[in-house]
Amino acid sequence: MSHRFEDVASVRTKLADARYLADEGIAGIVYLADRLGKPILVEGPAGTGKTELAKCVAEVTGARLIRLQCYEGLDESKALYEWNYKKQLLRIQTEEDSDWADIEDDLFSEEFLLTRPLLEAIRAEDPVVLLVDEVDRLEIETEALLLEILSEYQVSIPELGTVVATQVPLVFLTSNATRELSEALKRRCLYLYIDYPDLDRERQIVESKVEGINENLADQVARIVRSVRQLDLKKHPSVSETLDWARTLVLLGIDKVDAQTATDTVNILLKYRTDIDKAVKEFADNPDELVPEGA
Amino acid sequence: MVSLAEPTTHGGEHPLLDLLSDFIVELRRAGLPVSLTENLDAMEAVTHIPIEDREAFKYALGATLVKNHAHWKAFEVVFEVYFSLRGPEYEVIREGDDAVRSDGEDGEVAPGDGQQPQGGGGGMQALTPEQLAEMLFKALMNGDAAMLAALARQAVTRFAGMEPGRPVGGTYYLYRTLRNLELDDLLEQLMEASREDAPEDLTPLEERLERDEFSDRIEQLKREIEAEIRRRLVADRGIDAMAKTLRKPLPEDVDFMHASREELANLRKAIYPLTRKLAARLARKRRHGRKGALDFRSTMRHSLSYGGVPAELKFRYPRPAKPEIMVVADISGSVAAFARFTLHLVYAISNQFSKVRSYVFIDGLDEVTRFFDGVEDIGEAVHRVNTEADVVWVDGHSDYGHAFGVFWERYNRDIGPKTTVLVLGDARNNYHASQSWILKEVQHKARKVYWLNPEPRAYWDTGDSIVGEYGNHCDGVFEVRNLRQLEAFVEKLV
Repeated sequence: MSHRFEDVASVRTKLADARYLADEGIAGIVYLADRLGKPILVEGPAGTGKTELAKCVAEVTGARLIRLQCYEGLDESKALYEWNYKKQLLRIQTEEDSDWADIEDDLFSEEFLLTRPLLEAIRAEDPVVLLVDEVDRLEIETEALLLEILSEYQVSIPELGTVVATQVPLVFLTSNATRELSEALKRRCLYLYIDYPDLDRERQIVESKVEGINENLADQVARIVRSVRQLDLKKHPSVSETLDWARTLVLLGIDKVDAQTATDTVNILLKYRTDIDKAVKEFADNPDELVPEGA
Repeated sequence: MVSLAEPTTHGGEHPLLDLLSDFIVELRRAGLPVSLTENLDAMEAVTHIPIEDREAFKYALGATLVKNHAHWKAFEVVFEVYFSLRGPEYEVIREGDDAVRSDGEDGEVAPGDGQQPQGGGGGMQALTPEQLAEMLFKALMNGDAAMLAALARQAVTRFAGMEPGRPVGGTYYLYRTLRNLELDDLLEQLMEASREDAPEDLTPLEERLERDEFSDRIEQLKREIEAEIRRRLVADRGIDAMAKTLRKPLPEDVDFMHASREELANLRKAIYPLTRKLAARLARKRRHGRKGALDFRSTMRHSLSYGGVPAELKFRYPRPAKPEIMVVADISGSVAAFARFTLHLVYAISNQFSKVRSYVFIDGLDEVTRFFDGVEDIGEAVHRVNTEADVVWVDGHSDYGHAFGVFWERYNRDIGPKTTVLVLGDARNNYHASQSWILKEVQHKARKVYWLNPEPRAYWDTGDSIVGEYGNHCDGVFEVRNLRQLEAFVEKLV
């Protein structure tokens, strides 16, 4: 079986070319998933680039991205396959006088099968990356739908038999951890937790993703965001919010953030009123009164 | 699931695999649920990653063995113990030349018996303490990570005073090293220096950012020192002994009543995601748990796609009634932490109840619902409960009898057939009158009465605990010692 990546370093450089800055852990696990032929379960706070990772991996491997967005009430007919009832009815009606045996054989053929994302990923001839987004939104019973695909890369259709994948697709499952996923699902996956990036990586992300930002501003943005994340907030600023903030600053033509600009634009970074109040207070306060973290 | 006491095979021809299986056994002992498949995955994963690439190796093991981010810390500690760099330079007593590290830095020689550094060996040996302090200062100022690591090693060599075979924990050595480095003053000095370096005065914002940056670097130094001490202890005492000393309960298993300050801080962090998860799950359960009555209109509409045959039945969304909750919590010293977490959890999911009222007591009782009204920050409100509520009547020792008396007198009219009453406490009544008739009356009026006790079941009804007597008048008495049990109870409640 041919592999998509030669080694961990090549994962990193390739992803960097697609402007996704992977750290050691991310690159290592993507490499491992490729080698072991196992799906990756990606967890972490919202807006840290979980979905983005799948997209970029698809991009750099030249694969087609097939995406299944999960939601409550998603079922087999939306995720795997469905028989086209209406077309089947028409088929019966048009040939009312012909032999039933013929029609019956015909009814459950490929022609009447509507493939949904999971089956499509299995049957694809070209290389694909399958992204199952926000898998934690599924009910626990529906999760079982995924199990066969994830471990055997096959789908059993009672009327047709088992469809086995011609090639092992790279599978990403993302979760915001709003609930504990089942043991069975976790066991089948490699687990990757993407946390907020550290200072250096965040600065690099800002520099690579925001057009026309200078080094100083990027550095300052990353440092302010890190300080804000240390506060006890309801919702910490995500990477995407950091990027939005940096873009805003660039658009406003600011090249140095002072307390006033930070206060004026903090509503892009934070989305709760109490959080904004807290941050504004921190920015403006006399820092000598503050006990630094961990000192 | 493989049993925990799975025997390990020693002496095979694959030293790495032996080490790995010991490692996994230790993970299981530390409480991580590692299944057999995951075990095999890890074995396969390491064949693709060279062990020399330590970071990648760690992530490979992590990805296959740890499927819950809350367990990552525990995993890291065990990993450090089992796969730490081991070599002659970590021998505590042996004097001699040190191996040059793979990254090309100078290592250093461990001192002999005293704490005084001895001459010879690597470049840092010859430094006076003043020079060392200055190098440390510079490294922190410039954020020189490699230098910090080297200095951390040197600091441990000089200051920790490690003696081989001495059965003290790593914390003792850490404390000694840190005390000698005087890190608290260092932060101020660093700030001072950066103020001087700046061309103009630092604005408060800049100052704040600088401070965060330096604190971060100092934290990093502390971590280096801690890791260094751990490595040497492993070299001295062996893997198994160290793993045993370092074994700590997972966050969800930490006992409320005996949590250390650090564990409590971790618990507080753990409770936010927990409540969010719980709220989402409960809301979903409410919607999906049962089906409502048949929705005739919708069924007919959908039948049109099947030629008028009602093939797909449609149901209305169920709207079950929400219970009303009264929380009566003991917040005296021994059980305060427990009451705090429970209040936090109950209010975080308060949209699952039609009304939540809360009362706290020690020997007097006070209603604290007002602290939570219209407050977004539950943590803040819980804090105010602990500092502002008027709960002391005579001497500030728990008196359940009197507190219940006050509760009955003032609030008995508010208890209705929809009310669920939760009593939180260890029922250690200091031999006061129990007044358990009140609980009996409450049980008559309320829908349910539950008692949550943070003590282990074995201690119930020993000494001045009278939970058995109160329990006679409750619909259930539960042992709730950790977050896991608390979560399970709250879920059942809704």
